[in-house]
Amino acid sequence: MDIDTSTWVTKTGLAQMLKGGVIMDVVTADQARIAEDAGAVAVMALERVPADIRASGGVARMSDPLLITQIMDAVTIPVMAKARIGHFVEAQVLEALGVDYIDESEVLTPADEEHHIDKHAFKVPFVCGCRDLGEALRRISEGAAMIRTKGEAGTGNIVEAVRQLRAVTGQIRRLSTMREDELFVAAKELQAPLELVQQVARDGKLPVVDFVAGGISTPSDAALVMQLGAEGVFVGSGIFKSEDPARMADAVVQATTHFDDAKIIADVSKGLGAPMRGLESTAIPVAERLAVRGW
Amino acid sequence: MRVGVLALQGAFREHLDLLGRLGVSAVAVRLPEHLAGLSALVLPGGESTTMRKLIDRWGLRDPILDLARAGAPIFGTCAGMILLARDISDGDEPVLPLLDITVKRNAFGRQLDSFEADMAVPVLGTSAVHGVFIRAPVIERVGARVDVLATLDDDRVVAVREGNVLATAFHPELASETRFHRLVATMASAFAEPGEGTSRKRHPTRRAAR
Repeated sequence: MDIDTSTWVTKTGLAQMLKGGVIMDVVTADQARIAEDAGAVAVMALERVPADIRASGGVARMSDPLLITQIMDAVTIPVMAKARIGHFVEAQVLEALGVDYIDESEVLTPADEEHHIDKHAFKVPFVCGCRDLGEALRRISEGAAMIRTKGEAGTGNIVEAVRQLRAVTGQIRRLSTMREDELFVAAKELQAPLELVQQVARDGKLPVVDFVAGGISTPSDAALVMQLGAEGVFVGSGIFKSEDPARMADAVVQATTHFDDAKIIADVSKGLGAPMRGLESTAIPVAERLAVRGW
Repeated sequence: MRVGVLALQGAFREHLDLLGRLGVSAVAVRLPEHLAGLSALVLPGGESTTMRKLIDRWGLRDPILDLARAGAPIFGTCAGMILLARDISDGDEPVLPLLDITVKRNAFGRQLDSFEADMAVPVLGTSAVHGVFIRAPVIERVGARVDVLATLDDDRVVAVREGNVLATAFHPELASETRFHRLVATMASAFAEPGEGTSRKRHPTRRAAR
């Protein structure tokens, strides 16, 4: 029997298994257990949640491998970890640790101002952020097996994620109405490979799973992006910066499953305590915006 | 005839689409009332810890067990197979113990050990089944009334059937493998409309033979 590991199907397939679920940022093994108990489909292991990275400034790097392995040992759900944009050695280290997914993330300080990681070169699958369809397709052409919007991480403000998700889904809808001979120019304008543009036009969806990240901090936020077409959500600071993380985590999981049932969303939202303190995105100096990182 | 796909989390869309391509009417199941009138239920892949929690939270356990005990076919893939196992080897409580098997979660390792492989599944015909195994479970013990449908080369059991309940450790829905779903649809059809024999009519002019 021939056995093939780390194929495109197994890489994209794990993301398919995460659909309809919530991936939570955790900074300790205890938080990872809370997330798993609340029904998270995966955890993102990192040293500081984006809100703290934003607050403390400085260079944000891959987390301590010891912390990542402690979190991997603490839970049975998949564990993801972040590498800096373009920092393929951080990615090699994360692959050596055996993490289940790598997030080449704008939340960390970019290591390369021009090149993203060649993700085809890795056995471990990658998720990458995007602000629009062209950026999503460029990441997929580099080997990303899962896409998420960037939002504006650490703000607790959903507005950027909504803008980006609407950009991606709107551009997909426009492609699917185009004549075949219009796709050449569309590919040029999107700065994306023609083959991927043609595939998206034909299928009416991205060729990989598409989650939303960056700014989700209430059950209604999660349901909003699900109704807008997200296939699942990442919640960063929104869980463990809220007043009662275990209850908030549970409520966001319920609202992501029952995203089109307002009565259930209302029920799970009752008496949750304060969500994370938010940050209005226009109040952030352009130089400190994370979503503009990546090219 | 309608087939339900448990849609709490995971790759349920893939099963709904595959059933749709076969011409089978398929609906998403999130709450107990969505189970009414179903002739079969598919439990998709996803995270079994998440699905376990949501099944309990929304009171789906008893109505699904009732549907299975009435004879409707139930088909679980990957996490769905874990949900159907009577025993889970890491000590987790069973969820829908309809299959007399013991499963081990993440039996092949982490994502880096996920794989694709062809294998023989004699009940589905002579051509091989292409299996996609993603952080897959394996069946460590098979009860006396459970039929083994597929094994890997090292004899590890990866597909079983016990009466109206089927399960695979792999994902036919990710490999455009339609034969499991055809089998489930055929079983569902037989459950919905038992067909010949059960409503046999007497000849209008002849007496029954003594």
